[in-house]
Amino acid sequence: MENLLGLYNYWVAIALMMMGFYIVIANGNLIKKLIGLNIFQVSVFILFISMGYMKNGTAPIYSEAYTLYAAPLPHVLILTAIVVGIATTALGLALTIRIYQAYGSIDETEITKIDLMDMNS
Amino acid sequence: MISQHLPVLQVVVPLLFAPLCVLLRRHTLVWCVALLVSWCSFAIAILLLQQVLVEGEIVYAMGGWDAPWGIEYRLDILNAFVLLIITGIASVVMSFARESVLKEIAEDRIYLFYTAFLLNLTGLCGVVITGDAFNMFVFIEIASLSSYAMISASQQRQSLLAAYRYLILGTVGATFILISVGLLYAMTGTLNIADLAVRIKEVESTRTIITAFAFFTVGVCIKFGLFPLHYWLPNAYTYAPSVASAFLSGTTSKVFIYVLLRFLFTIFGVEYVFDVMLLDRILLVVALLAIFSGSLAAIYQNNIKKMLAYSSIAQIGYMILGISLVSVTGLMAGILHLFNHALIKTALFMVAACFFFRFDSVSLKDLKGVGRQMPFTMMAFIIGGLSLIGTPLTVGFISKWYLILAALERDWWWLAVLILLGSLLAVVYIWKVVEVLYFQSSDVDSQTIKIKEAPLSMLIPVWVIILANIYFGVNASLTTGIARQTAVYLLGGS
Repeated sequence: MENLLGLYNYWVAIALMMMGFYIVIANGNLIKKLIGLNIFQVSVFILFISMGYMKNGTAPIYSEAYTLYAAPLPHVLILTAIVVGIATTALGLALTIRIYQAYGSIDETEITKIDLMDMNS
Repeated sequence: MISQHLPVLQVVVPLLFAPLCVLLRRHTLVWCVALLVSWCSFAIAILLLQQVLVEGEIVYAMGGWDAPWGIEYRLDILNAFVLLIITGIASVVMSFARESVLKEIAEDRIYLFYTAFLLNLTGLCGVVITGDAFNMFVFIEIASLSSYAMISASQQRQSLLAAYRYLILGTVGATFILISVGLLYAMTGTLNIADLAVRIKEVESTRTIITAFAFFTVGVCIKFGLFPLHYWLPNAYTYAPSVASAFLSGTTSKVFIYVLLRFLFTIFGVEYVFDVMLLDRILLVVALLAIFSGSLAAIYQNNIKKMLAYSSIAQIGYMILGISLVSVTGLMAGILHLFNHALIKTALFMVAACFFFRFDSVSLKDLKGVGRQMPFTMMAFIIGGLSLIGTPLTVGFISKWYLILAALERDWWWLAVLILLGSLLAVVYIWKVVEVLYFQSSDVDSQTIKIKEAPLSMLIPVWVIILANIYFGVNASLTTGIARQTAVYLLGGS
């Protein structure tokens, strides 16, 4: 019980991670794959943010009144990682648009089929 | 004065010139900028390597903030050597690039391609030079994102899906590395690599560190395309513009193998990785599988670039094989092959670019008998191929030689035999290309269409790197010296 409730955030992170990862692997739709990838990345952000959290801690601004602070570094790191994640998503979507223009489809199996037909012709 | 700041200039110079390319737009101007920046970086890398060889480790505190608070750049002999490889390949490829890029990339996108190239160079140099684990992740993403953009710049539409798949798998790999860095931070409270190496000793038996270790190893292996995780690699290198294939095949995998070495040997430590986690056995098996599956797949390809891409998978196997032997000679062979394979594969991809430039194709069926019309390019391919196989007097021989020595040091005759068998498979796929290109007669009457040799601006860089293949194969004392010093240093100065 202690592990279940005490590590609640971590369980959520792992559940999201597995869900995201499954979508990336199992889905043939290029947009849905990117959605899965985003869920996967967000789970890692939650993992980092949970690490920095302090129960009853406050924001790390120095003041006489408080003694307990949350660790700021993991949170700062995740700001950077979010930016990286956005860049990745943007590039992925841009590629998807160009794939749609070139093939008229965003389904991976269909595109592979078109490519195979090209190769044989 | 300026020599103090060389470590940061290595990263900042290409970074600052990348936006300039977007502003300049004219493709000749942009190419000049990229060329200049690459050679500048190469000069900086040479100076840094000299400095490291003379004075030992260089520590550069970014913005004057000392490590653990600030980010530090830390150069030792290993990353100084890898920097030399990256920037050297970058300068040769850029000298070669102009005509090939004009031919293969839509004119209004050329400046973006060079911008992506400079950002990629920034990322790769950053990954190698930084002494901070999270900073390394950020640079990995800079390098990866720009390489997806470079691959998709090609006019072949298959490149789009190849880039997309690389993006998905690359991001999964990078996120695995991020998870690992996060877990390491949770246990040690530091992101500085030198600090991590010290503090990890106290907590190394915890389950968190084991998880971090597993995530890291898998993540980085996706990134350099080790055998079962190489799915993205063949198509990415086949359909990318030839210049991008030549540059990426020579640098990306090398940089990520550097990341592997840095984490395994500096952070986790030799005893932990190889005695407790027994990673050497896993790597040994996987490396052998990579060598044979890569080489066998290469034999069945009818597209020269795809064949070279599969052969890269096999060659990555040789590098990992060297590392998995965990001896000075084995590690030295692995590090030597980083350098040697960069020379070989870049040369061969550049030759493929020359064929594409004249014939609009790198399929064997379109290239029958063209070797006789382009004798200098063909000659370059043959020498590069011999080097890939590992014949004496070429660089390929040097790394294979030390690899076999390392196997024999352990009395593993079977391994030496397997390495030789792997080389024989390389003979098969190189010969297949030579046979079609040189000995078969062309379908079209060669009298009616006179194809000229590739332009000199492409041929000269190709021959420079081919001659480097021979030079470092004959006079290997420089590279072997550095590789041995690095191997001794990594194994703990013993």
